[in-house]
Amino acid sequence: MAFINYSAREINCKLVYYGAGLCGKTTNLKFIYNRIAESAKGKMISLATESERTLFFDFLPLSLGEIRGYKTRFHLYTVPGQVFYDASRKLILKGVDGVVFVADSQEERFEANLESFDNLVDNLREQGSDLERIPCVLQYNKRDLPNAMPVPELRASLNPDGKMSDFEASAATGKGVFETLKALAKLVLLDLRRGGK
Amino acid sequence: MSLTPQLVLFEEDHRRIVEVAERLVRDANAKAIFLVDKNGQLVADAGELKGIDTTSLASLVAGNIAATGGLAKILGEEEFPIHFHQGERYNLHITLVAQRIILVVIFDERSSLGLVRLRVKKAGQRLAEIFEQVFKKAEAEFDEEGLGAPFAEISEQDIDNLFSD
Repeated sequence: MAFINYSAREINCKLVYYGAGLCGKTTNLKFIYNRIAESAKGKMISLATESERTLFFDFLPLSLGEIRGYKTRFHLYTVPGQVFYDASRKLILKGVDGVVFVADSQEERFEANLESFDNLVDNLREQGSDLERIPCVLQYNKRDLPNAMPVPELRASLNPDGKMSDFEASAATGKGVFETLKALAKLVLLDLRRGGK
Repeated sequence: MSLTPQLVLFEEDHRRIVEVAERLVRDANAKAIFLVDKNGQLVADAGELKGIDTTSLASLVAGNIAATGGLAKILGEEEFPIHFHQGERYNLHITLVAQRIILVVIFDERSSLGLVRLRVKKAGQRLAEIFEQVFKKAEAEFDEEGLGAPFAEISEQDIDNLFSD
């Protein structure tokens, strides 16, 4: 959960990008890293395999400015998407303040999206939480690909009651990346206002 | 596993924590000390910090503790509470304090593992006492009506301003 340091006048929040393997979680972080001002970002760390698949996590610290005299820092993490890395996903999800669920819009990844979403729900439940309590936004990624499914179909499966804000994106070109991040950051900070309840 | 409560650190507690950390730097002849929340947030530091990317360090230390904690569970252990990494110039001594805080000591040839272990034991107890109080305070804070000023007054406009450029 968020760490509020009255002494350093800082609010620190942990945001996690979740989703199936190769859906574009790391690509989201790389785009943010490349576009954000030098002064607002720290070093990006990727613990990846030699073939650039995320092994443990990617990490990107952002410092976005002040709210009422308090510096707001967001620590962005990705989880490894591949199914067999579930133990690592559970660890990274610990203490999360907000989740971006990245869905791969390609038709052949439809089942993988559903499986990963169920996995997110299960892993949150294991730490005594759920999507009612943890702010979550959805990102339909890879909209630029020809085999992308129509958004209403994806929404019908992943966000049927429309409770979560959702965004179309193409992380490789950056479309929708910042909109997604902003939406989640906003939810997390508003949640903080309510004291995380 | 239950949800860990929010960590809220007030100035007075932060000062007490830094005092213990600074004393540990001296007593253990350490290069630097870091206190990191298990979620990867840096809580306090002391010593020679120049040239160290403290934010990255905090996140990687937490990842390390999380991974070895997972290993411990596989073996039926609750946790591996002490870690030691030996390098050519620098060594890392890592211990868990009050279950949620990671105490990292970086030391070089000016000190020794034996001395660090001895000093960490005493400082760890002191830190554990302080953090127990910090956690209790944070819980009490949340038992009431959420957080007080200035967080209760954060407006949507405040948040929009963060992203204005």
